[in-house]
Amino acid sequence: MVIRSESGEDQFTLRNRPRSERTIDVGFKLLTIVLASLVAVVLLCIFLTVFNGAQEAMASFGLSFLVTSGWDPVNSQYGAFTAIYGTLVSSLLALLIAVPISLGTAIFITENLIPRNLREVIGMMVELLAAIPSVVLGLWAIFVMEPLLRPFLQFLYQSLGWFPLFSSPPQGPGMAPAVLILVVMILPIMTAISRDALNQVPMELRQGAYGVGSTRWIAIFNVILPAAISSIIGGVMLALGRAMGETMAVTMIIGNSTNFSWSLLAPGNTISAMLANQFGEADGIQVSALLYAALILMVLTFAVNILAQWIVGKFSLKYN
Amino acid sequence: MTLATPALPSRSLHFNPQLKRNRTDKIFTSIAALFSLIAVMPLLLVLVYVLIQGGKLISVSLFTQLPPAPGLEGGGIANAIIGTFVVTLVASLIAIPVGVGGGIFLAEYSSSGWFAQFIRVGNDILAGVPSIICGVFVYSAIVATRVFFGQSYSAMAGGMALAVLMLPTVIKTTDEALKLVPQELSWGAIGVGASKFVTITRITLPSAFTPIATGVVLAIARAAGETAPLIFTALFSPFWPEGLFNPIASMSVLIFNFAIMPYEAQNSLAWAASFVLVMLILGANLLARFIRRFASS
Amino acid sequence: MTSTLKPASTSSTLPSCLSLENVTISYGSFEAVRDVYMDIPRNKVTAFIGPSGCGKSTVLRALNRMNDLIEGCSLRGRVVFDGQDMYAREVDPVEVRRRIGMVFQKPNPFPKSIYENIAFGARINGYKGDMDELVERSLRKAAIWDETKDKLKESGNALSGGQQQRLCIARAIAVEPEVILMDEPCSALDPISTLKIEEMMHELKKSFTIVIVTHNMQQAVRVSDYTAFFNAEAVEGGSGKIGYLVEFNDTERIFNSPVQQATQDYVTGRFG
Repeated sequence: MVIRSESGEDQFTLRNRPRSERTIDVGFKLLTIVLASLVAVVLLCIFLTVFNGAQEAMASFGLSFLVTSGWDPVNSQYGAFTAIYGTLVSSLLALLIAVPISLGTAIFITENLIPRNLREVIGMMVELLAAIPSVVLGLWAIFVMEPLLRPFLQFLYQSLGWFPLFSSPPQGPGMAPAVLILVVMILPIMTAISRDALNQVPMELRQGAYGVGSTRWIAIFNVILPAAISSIIGGVMLALGRAMGETMAVTMIIGNSTNFSWSLLAPGNTISAMLANQFGEADGIQVSALLYAALILMVLTFAVNILAQWIVGKFSLKYN
Repeated sequence: MTLATPALPSRSLHFNPQLKRNRTDKIFTSIAALFSLIAVMPLLLVLVYVLIQGGKLISVSLFTQLPPAPGLEGGGIANAIIGTFVVTLVASLIAIPVGVGGGIFLAEYSSSGWFAQFIRVGNDILAGVPSIICGVFVYSAIVATRVFFGQSYSAMAGGMALAVLMLPTVIKTTDEALKLVPQELSWGAIGVGASKFVTITRITLPSAFTPIATGVVLAIARAAGETAPLIFTALFSPFWPEGLFNPIASMSVLIFNFAIMPYEAQNSLAWAASFVLVMLILGANLLARFIRRFASS
Repeated sequence: MTSTLKPASTSSTLPSCLSLENVTISYGSFEAVRDVYMDIPRNKVTAFIGPSGCGKSTVLRALNRMNDLIEGCSLRGRVVFDGQDMYAREVDPVEVRRRIGMVFQKPNPFPKSIYENIAFGARINGYKGDMDELVERSLRKAAIWDETKDKLKESGNALSGGQQQRLCIARAIAVEPEVILMDEPCSALDPISTLKIEEMMHELKKSFTIVIVTHNMQQAVRVSDYTAFFNAEAVEGGSGKIGYLVEFNDTERIFNSPVQQATQDYVTGRFG
């Protein structure tokens, strides 16, 4: 039934939905589905591109590619061990240094230790650090950080030179400065995630802890941190993924040596640095070998990200 | 009348700094303070050096001239500034519509369906793909195959590589922003007979505008500073930009190339480019903060 | 104004445990409660009643310096406990909270096992005795031993709301404080759990001084020996209401023959 206005005519001309409106509705939904699917398509294309390109090298070098360290374009012999070792060691060491610093900072700016204004300023500065482009950090590392660091590394070499990790004289670029610049790069994300995790710990839990007479740090270590641990570990894993894939700053300061060395003071290499340096000029089986290395990097970061989500799921079940 | 004698021998309530618990507390608080100091040091140090080293070279010619040939003095980074804008613009034009559209699908059409969950997981994985791999992918798919009129390296390819990088952020931002819009709002629109399309484009999307805009500004700022996806897609060019289908300079690649050159003039230009880039990016970050604060007040 | 009265007629004859002397509590520049004088008697149950927003919870939290956790919250006046002003500059709030425990409105067990929930407080208070025995004793006192004795290793979060609240009471008892503050401990619980907690309180007052905030007047009548009635009124030029203590007396007197008209109106259900 149609309600007539006083003039006797229905003035709502669109009471019956026109076909065009329905078409737009369905068309819009289809459009968004297509756009969302693009994510999956791009991801699949990336994987297939890298995987296909790596075929040739996988056939020639097999799994020994992972454990041999020669990288010889002249004789077309390739092994990625130096780069894999560099990727893992640099990111794990960076994590080792960054975890306590970022956790300490996150606690400092959430647990009411200093006035609110100061907390916000520190929080904002750490966030802004995340905005500085990696290439600028690399430039800074080359011209500022590395020269400042060298006397200290020299001292490490002279006093602990018998130890394999410090067994070569520092000569500028190398693994150690690369680790430090990675620390700078993953600090913001880890601090931000830890801060959010701590902020989400319910006030009631804090009150409970202080109510039985905890001091601040007893409450932090025994009640607040355990309640936030799953998200914090998730953040740490996410940062590990970032560190392994980080390219520019590391490329600029790590020295890009394809010769293997245990020493942190010697130049090293990572998979992403190797790609940045060689991929543009490579041809033939070298391209394939680089894509094989890229595939390894993808698998590593993928595994770390999956592990991060698994840990978060497992721990949060326990506490909520 | 107020005080009765306590039943127990009185225990002082006074703070005793000698107690082990109070000493440990003090130690840990100092450690946390020290760590916070360490965490803010890099930003300060980087900013100071970029301002001093880069600020020295700020002049009109920096913004109007081409970089000098190796070994020569002077010159500017005008082509790289234009290039950064061009490549970032191409990336934004691709990533923002695709990302917002995809985000709309996730939040409005299939919030908990299996396909949406699958896309969300895929999006998180894509966000975790190292940026250098995006460059490798676009190189293999577009540069090496010469799909654009037989051209290899091009501004277009660089923009596409950056778009791949931006896409996950834009999708996630849109998805989360739309989910924060109160359901009552869209129910109200649907209740007066609006179609889903009208509800989303006229009601839901505008109410989520601020968080989406903030996220997009941050994604653009991040893309503008990216280098790894550009070094073998957009490559570099010492000349003025020659359209979308030719190699193009960008500030980030310029910094990379010039930082490792053994010439002082080039090194200083790298610092100057860092200055301009950092100012742009920090400006965008402050803009995003301003949008957020402005909208929340 | 009634708030400046010293309604301490009854308690002055009893040994007092906590004394509030002209206490005013503010959040930032906003005064929440003004000019409270009160002597809380030892080994009795004292109830705080009043309409919402009258500041009764704020006063309760002031009694073991819980308000320190809320940014911008400040207190003027003196709160005397054991002969010492607990808001004096040199006082350690941790020390205060070890002697004045608290049970909160929402059950808040730690994300640890039931056993650890009890043992945690005892351990940080330097308890040297038999921990198993202390855990059992505390859980028994809180009337939750039978329900938990077979699952002490399970998470405290696995219990029902009423059980969680009794676990929190056991946690407070375990550190053997002199006073237990309870902030609407039954407001989130079902009637049966409420009854269990009320029965328990009659046992507990033999060893502890209890102060309870409740918005349930029947509960105040059932459990308390003394009752303080708080009210709030708007002040000129100020935004919002300021709370004050109207009357403090035997629970019997408060509910049957109060001195103040406002108390009469409130307990007979005419407002609030």
